[in-house]
Amino acid sequence: MFDWLANPNRFNKITEKIQPCILLIAIITLISGLYFGLFDSPKDYQQGDAVRIMYVHVPSAWLASFLYFSLAISCVFYLVWKHPLADLVSSSIAPIGALFSALTLITGSLWGKPMWGTWWVWDARLTSMLVLFFFYLGYILLSNAFERKIDGSKTASVLAIVGLINLPIVKFSVDWWHTLHQPASIIKIGGPSIDDKMLLPLILMIFALSFFSLYMIILNVKTKLIEKKCEALLLKSNLEEMSKTG
Amino acid sequence: MNAKYRRLFITIIVILTLGLATKLILMALEDNIVYFYTPNDLIEKFSDTKNIQSKIRIGGLVLENSIKKEGKKTIFMITDRKKEVKVEFKGPFPDLFREGQGIVAEGMFQNNNFIASEVLAKHDENYMPPEVADALKKNNVWKGDSN
Repeated sequence: MFDWLANPNRFNKITEKIQPCILLIAIITLISGLYFGLFDSPKDYQQGDAVRIMYVHVPSAWLASFLYFSLAISCVFYLVWKHPLADLVSSSIAPIGALFSALTLITGSLWGKPMWGTWWVWDARLTSMLVLFFFYLGYILLSNAFERKIDGSKTASVLAIVGLINLPIVKFSVDWWHTLHQPASIIKIGGPSIDDKMLLPLILMIFALSFFSLYMIILNVKTKLIEKKCEALLLKSNLEEMSKTG
Repeated sequence: MNAKYRRLFITIIVILTLGLATKLILMALEDNIVYFYTPNDLIEKFSDTKNIQSKIRIGGLVLENSIKKEGKKTIFMITDRKKEVKVEFKGPFPDLFREGQGIVAEGMFQNNNFIASEVLAKHDENYMPPEVADALKKNNVWKGDSN
């Protein structure tokens, strides 16, 4: 099945059709999510208007974690099945994931200052999120650090799989240890402890960022496929020239 | 096919081994990972030691009707509904500081007194509009402020 999907031509043909739909869904959910989040949702009883930072912070954090999971799975496919497209997918996911984990840290910091009274503390949730960001950066740096591209891809894939251990720590840190960060509100025993009017923009924003990521990843993969084709063509013409002059 | 399954097997073994190693490390470092002690932990761990020279953190709820001003100092009790610890702090307090609020204080624990150098507010995982919170309080089904 993977061989069927992982054919570059088929990939291009299928994504050609679904890409505009994905972008449309992303734009619609983003606009409605921001509208509900910023204008048409209630203030929080404790936090007032500052709660609206949540509508960017929480979806970013979810996406950062989910994208890391996808990245690691794609790296497993690359290392085990050695499919070159899996490597393209991993390196297409990494910058988007890094972006969202940076966004999580920045918005979290902006939220922490007015509510907690501090920009940053070294509690388990914040620290493990920072580690997640570093794993993304490490993956990107390592995959470009070798002279032969394939060495970089392999080493970086191993690093990404090692970083998988960090994901449950990010998720459960607030339950396992005393942290300054509050525990989960949405996925918890006994249902979400968040008002429905606040849950709506939150879910819209999660959809918006997910579809945006999907769109960007497909775009990245396509770009990298074209790059590869260009390299191959260049190599071919160089060889032809050499054989002529030689 | 065989080589593929061997690689898959190795990958799974590596993930499981690393997971176990991480779990053991985190268990060993538990005391350093907890961001704060509850009053109960603090008294259990440190009440015999007369002078702890390093800074520690305590977290809990600000006990109702316990906030007093003494000159520049503010004195209040912090509780986990089991034990209470007296905290002294000169400010500035975060906006969310009030009775019943979860807070984390950093400072020195001396003679069962906590001299705080910094106080942070901790908010809970419940999000709701003020009207809903008021209605819940009125109907005595309020569950917030308890952890």
